[in-house]
Amino acid sequence: MPYIPHTPDDVRAMLDAIGADSIEALFDEIPAHLKAAGKLDALPEGLSEMEVTRLMNERAAMDAGAVSFIGAGAYQHHIPAAVWEIATRGEFYTAYTPYQAEASQGTLQVIYEFQTLMTRLTGMEVSNASVYDGASGLSEAVLMALRANRKSKSRKVLVPTALNPRYTAATQAIVENQDVALDSVAFDPASGQTPLDALKPFEGQDYAALVISQPNFFGSLEEVDALTDWAHANNMLVIGVVNPTSLALLTPPGEWGAEGADIVVGEGQPLGVPLSSGGPYFGFMCCKQKYVRQMPGRIIGRTVDMEGKQGFALTLQAREQHIRRSKATSNICTNQGLAMTASTIYCSLLGPDGLTNVAAHCHANTQSLADKLTAIAGVERAFSAPTFHEVVLTLPKPAAEVLAALAVKDVLGGVSLATDYDMPNAVLINATEVHSESDLDLFAVALKEVLAA
Amino acid sequence: MSETQLIFQLSQPGRSAVSQAPKALADDKLSAIPAHLRRKQKPALPEVSEMQVVRHYTNLSSKNFAIDKQFYPLGSCTMKYNPRGANRAAMLPGFLNRHPLAPETHSQGFLSCMFELQNFLKEVTGMKGVSLAPMAGAQGEFAGVAMIRAYHEARGDEGRTEILIPEAAHGTNPATAVMCGYKVREVPVGKDGDVDLEALKAACGPQTAGLMMTNPSTCGVFERQIEAIAKTVHEAGGLLYYDGANLNAILGKVRPGDMGFDVIHMNLHKTFATPHGGGGPGAGPVGVSERLLPYLPTPMAGQRDDGSYHWIDTDTLNTSIGHLSAFMGNAGVLLRAYYYARSLGREGMIRVGEFSTLAANYLLKRLEAVGCTAAYPDRRASHEFILTFAKEAKELGVTAMDIAKRLLDYNQHAPTTYFPLLVPECFLIEPTETESKEALDEFVDAMAAILEEARTQPDMVKEAPFTQPVRRLDDVKAARELDLAWTE
Repeated sequence: MPYIPHTPDDVRAMLDAIGADSIEALFDEIPAHLKAAGKLDALPEGLSEMEVTRLMNERAAMDAGAVSFIGAGAYQHHIPAAVWEIATRGEFYTAYTPYQAEASQGTLQVIYEFQTLMTRLTGMEVSNASVYDGASGLSEAVLMALRANRKSKSRKVLVPTALNPRYTAATQAIVENQDVALDSVAFDPASGQTPLDALKPFEGQDYAALVISQPNFFGSLEEVDALTDWAHANNMLVIGVVNPTSLALLTPPGEWGAEGADIVVGEGQPLGVPLSSGGPYFGFMCCKQKYVRQMPGRIIGRTVDMEGKQGFALTLQAREQHIRRSKATSNICTNQGLAMTASTIYCSLLGPDGLTNVAAHCHANTQSLADKLTAIAGVERAFSAPTFHEVVLTLPKPAAEVLAALAVKDVLGGVSLATDYDMPNAVLINATEVHSESDLDLFAVALKEVLAA
Repeated sequence: MSETQLIFQLSQPGRSAVSQAPKALADDKLSAIPAHLRRKQKPALPEVSEMQVVRHYTNLSSKNFAIDKQFYPLGSCTMKYNPRGANRAAMLPGFLNRHPLAPETHSQGFLSCMFELQNFLKEVTGMKGVSLAPMAGAQGEFAGVAMIRAYHEARGDEGRTEILIPEAAHGTNPATAVMCGYKVREVPVGKDGDVDLEALKAACGPQTAGLMMTNPSTCGVFERQIEAIAKTVHEAGGLLYYDGANLNAILGKVRPGDMGFDVIHMNLHKTFATPHGGGGPGAGPVGVSERLLPYLPTPMAGQRDDGSYHWIDTDTLNTSIGHLSAFMGNAGVLLRAYYYARSLGREGMIRVGEFSTLAANYLLKRLEAVGCTAAYPDRRASHEFILTFAKEAKELGVTAMDIAKRLLDYNQHAPTTYFPLLVPECFLIEPTETESKEALDEFVDAMAAILEEARTQPDMVKEAPFTQPVRRLDDVKAARELDLAWTE
């Protein structure tokens, strides 16, 4: 019996202690006609470890082998060997939520260090222990902004069209249940940025917050200082959505404009978490100290024990569902503890220079890739704004067609913008430090062949 | 154990683990980024060597309790063994390196696992459709209640503003109802642990959108009137939500779909043995009855007539409540659950409910024999049960919290304490099917010893624990003098 240790003698002794004749007798409070006997017949036979491993090896191998230039919210990076070797130690991997603080000081200190790392990367004052992912994190940030902005009675938030459309969709799906509206701010089709002009129609109107994405979905860098100051001048909070790798090079949101962003969220995956088909990742969430009581999710504080020795504990729990129930800031219960642990180890291994070098290589490789691809006749950059590690290119043929032909050559050439932006010939491409010069050349050769066909 | 320094305190300017990152680039490679958008100072991450990092976090890990080290009888949390094979399988390079937006031509292996997992979960729960998208139990709850809302709205049934919740429910239930824009009305629970059916009937009406409950309940007993409850809610026009926190108790024995539930969530990090990871990630797939199929969250895996797999998304299922994350949820957790399901198979799945129930009933009887007080002594335990220490608290001044802390000194993780709220000074104890009889007996011995200590040296028990890296922490100071990030 996989994972069940009881021998027939154990079972007999346990039933005797209970005073029951059989295990089935323990289910005597369940109405007989409801029982599931015979209803699981469609399930397969159990397999040994060797057999399941063989099966899953075959499945995994089916998906391997391509060179990918897809970004769009999840990025390939080198993950140092130590990161997951330590994160999957049983002491981290199989521990529970640190409610019993004395028996969870390892997890609690890691979270405190994580919170510190996030405040330093973002330039913000406080961080929570993470939420599910970047997109759902934005929904939490939107709801938080409604609670935190005392100058606004609005249940509306301004969201740029140039924000990752998957973030907009998930946020919409979550907040619309509370009658919160997201109004769109257009982007400039020439630059690929969100210009101040696009905000003019909203001047003087009551909105709880403006979302600013840096870089935006197109990889373009926004004029974050001007956007932040505009929002604050119009009594809106600023929610920054940022890529953590880029923060090694770019102005941290805590320093945007005169007062800085108020709430910052983002996808933590680039910090040591594998692509893994979309999860588990983690969303990071930071804010100004004055809004900390409106922040959802777990927060760890440093304190002392009864002998005065340093220790770490969950704090401000009166915000959370297990205490406040229907009056909680969110229904969130878990954080993404293990992924967050991995990212803490990742950031410690890379250090300030390492992360800066990773970011610089991502930027330089993407520039180089864009140069190689735009050297092909009919391929052009779609936008003029400076970029971090993603670029939109327009192709002389429909993107979907080209991407399918590239995939046949085991080159995953980016994401089509046909559906989300009605730009049928546009692709969003990404390169990071993992791409070698020959990978970039491979893409260029394949694209040239596909376009010539 | 010594006080561990923070990683930041090990930092020295100029030190680094150089082989972990690419070499520095000349600054002209960054000339395309305008100066006014550039960071002025590098982020103050720790500057430490590779070995310092490895040693620091390895040492920190040793300060944790974990299933791999200790018995963890946490009620409603199902801390069962997490198979190592599942971890290795989910970390195979083909799965690990697959981009979530990879084309279907490069996703057939992953999609086939997800499609089969959906079907396995349908089968064991008796539901008509399953989406794997929610990233945790609480997000599964959210998806479930959002589907209930979408269902009523699609029918133009707009007066339904309330969700009913038994008072014993987990805190996420009322918090979720509010996140979905509903008011919460609590329903009392009777002395035997079952819902007060008359009170439920009185609470139901045209304003009722649905009822959220778990069965077995958080009182650790099977709700015997479940069919009458379903009938009452359905007749009022509401839907029935099943919180899968306690699915382990009935896996293979009775199915939520057969009990009349319209929508359920499952906690794969409980019932399907994926790790808790120190507080996540989990996975909270949802299952629905026929009438909620159009609203399932996306994406889901589908299969074509030619046997190939594809994604089902909002472009074809435009009635869906939509995406709850950027991509498709916690895929790596789902792969571990898939491994577990394949490993157990049909027979193994049935044994989960049987042996978790056997273990709980055995542990309850043994604990009663050494002087513990059951909250519902006349009921069968499900896969968990409640003890109350109200007597000890009153007569000896030793609370459930004190006993929980003292258990740590006996190398036993504390059970869930002070939940459900309606039982004073309580422990909610869930041993799971993967603990040996010897492990259960050791826990009984520890509890017997602590009860004796509570009588003979209560002051000592009130100061426990003594053997952990820290003594009891000053929570008041933590909240009053907020220190949430390290400053040099």
